Amino acid sequence: MHFSFLSLLRNAFSAHRDWPEQWRSPEPKPAYDVVIVGGGGHGLAAAYYLAAEFGIRDVAVVEKGWIGGGNTGRNTTIVRSNYLLEESEALYDHALKLWENLSQVLNYNVMFSPRGVMMLAHTTHDVQSFKRHYHANRLAGIDTEWLTPEEARDWCPGLNIAKDIRYPIVGATLQKRGGVARHDAVAWGYARAASALGVDIIQNCEVTGVRRGADGAVIGLDTSGGTIAAKKVGVSVAGHSSQVMDMAGVRLPIESFPLQALVSEPLKPIVSCVVMSNTIHAYISQSDKGDLVIGAGTDQYVSYSQTGGMQITAHTLDAICELFPVLRRARMMRNWGGIVDTTADRSPILGTTPVPGLYVNCGWGTGGFKATPGAGHLLAATIARGEPHPIAAPFSLDRFARGRLIDEAAAAAVAH
Amino acid sequence: MLLITCPWCGPRPEIEFAARGEAHVARAAPDADGEAIAAALYLRSNTRGLLAERWRHVYGCGRYFNAVRHTVTDKFVATWRVGESRPDLGGEGTR
Ligand SMILES: Cc1cc2nc3c(=O)[nH]c(=O)nc-3n(C[C@H](O)[C@H](O)[C@H](O)COP(=O)(O)OP(=O)(O)OC[C@H]3O[C@@H](n4cnc5c(N)ncnc54)[C@H](O)[C@@H]3O)c2cc1C
Repeated sequence: MHFSFLSLLRNAFSAHRDWPEQWRSPEPKPAYDVVIVGGGGHGLAAAYYLAAEFGIRDVAVVEKGWIGGGNTGRNTTIVRSNYLLEESEALYDHALKLWENLSQVLNYNVMFSPRGVMMLAHTTHDVQSFKRHYHANRLAGIDTEWLTPEEARDWCPGLNIAKDIRYPIVGATLQKRGGVARHDAVAWGYARAASALGVDIIQNCEVTGVRRGADGAVIGLDTSGGTIAAKKVGVSVAGHSSQVMDMAGVRLPIESFPLQALVSEPLKPIVSCVVMSNTIHAYISQSDKGDLVIGAGTDQYVSYSQTGGMQITAHTLDAICELFPVLRRARMMRNWGGIVDTTADRSPILGTTPVPGLYVNCGWGTGGFKATPGAGHLLAATIARGEPHPIAAPFSLDRFARGRLIDEAAAAAVAH
Repeated sequence: MLLITCPWCGPRPEIEFAARGEAHVARAAPDADGEAIAAALYLRSNTRGLLAERWRHVYGCGRYFNAVRHTVTDKFVATWRVGESRPDLGGEGTR
């Protein structure tokens, strides 16, 4: 079924009751060429690109809950590519380019809205570090602008640029190609397009073991729905990467922390772009529905609770109220947490593993939504070819032992 | 916010403490190879369940201590002073 103006019109006459299911829900087959563990945006995108671009259609995605119910459905959907280091710039811009026509490619409106991502500088140190980013991005051909406080306020009216506040705004960078997208639609759009190409999407099926042959290579998976044989397995389970990879005997340089977000009651349009402040740990945008979508920081300890400390969100709201005094009386509607898989260098791990036939995509931590199309594409390419895609190659698991860290942490202190 | 019992000061709110990561991670020997150094520096159990940790009561007595916490409920099972042996947790292992 193709979405078009005509199909919308036709279904309007039947009060939208006759839309078919958007993806099939088959029973798992006994064996597949490739099984992707984890039905988040990354896993679903990988399955889609395997089928659409690499001609591998005997593929299943195995998800323990419902698709998009992990961090994909819990994040604040900021999309940008203005990272500091060359490896990261190539990685995130690869994804951003795929975002730009994703709705057309998938024939599904993922509501990608490049409304601009503005990052606020509050101190001399911020200015120095942001200018370094600005110049690095320009060298890499990634769009970026430097704004004075007045220009920042003109771009995003309502921003408090008073000089006497606790963290005055002294400048900002702006990436106009950045923005937000509709998180659920990304998962659903990839699922629908993958399913149409023959990919089996299997929900409510938890992977509980990785089966390996006499030579150590992967031969299949144990799941709550029985054993599934597979020639190749791609693991893309975000916060639970340590657990799933442990089933294959691979230890990861990852710790999982809670990260929280919250939304307000719906308001008239007021925040026109994405505003981020790393120094005071706050970022905000407004959804098409009118909710303010606000992201907070991580808790300091490993946890799988999917909730975080109240002091973390309170701290973020303090900061938001100072940046946008006009929002002081807005009420918050919901607050939740996701579990983010964090590496020491705050860069992801994407590629082969010591186990033949086992591929991993993890470590995206607090910032992997923006990478969804790119990560899926690179994981698919890596699985299809059996060797890392050139853009993914620097993000290999063995970079830690080789000392080739891609240190976006110290460089940027970025949350997203 | 967690309620954490400092073995010197008693129960205090989490904002007085700094989490210092997994406990009992042995340092690599000076002549160890890259793999061993990377393992000590970066590989972590990241356990879903009982995890042995180090915490520091930074805004209190300033001292480090050991703890065992459940990473799904976030509840502390035990905290004890550095140098003391770990309390008997009734057979509940960690790592
Ligand atoms: C509050 C919050 C805000 C964020 N904000 C941003 C942002 O603004 N911009 C940005 O770029 N990123 C952001 N992120 C990070 C982003 O959400 C993640 O990096 C990204 O969504 C990861 O996608 P994924 O598909 O890999 O993971 P997920 O969507 O988490 O998918 C992994 C899936 O694996 C499944 N799974 C786990 N274990 C098993 C198993 N044993 N068997 C089968 N399935 C299993 C899970 O159920 C889950 O559905 C944020 C995260 C959070 C929590």
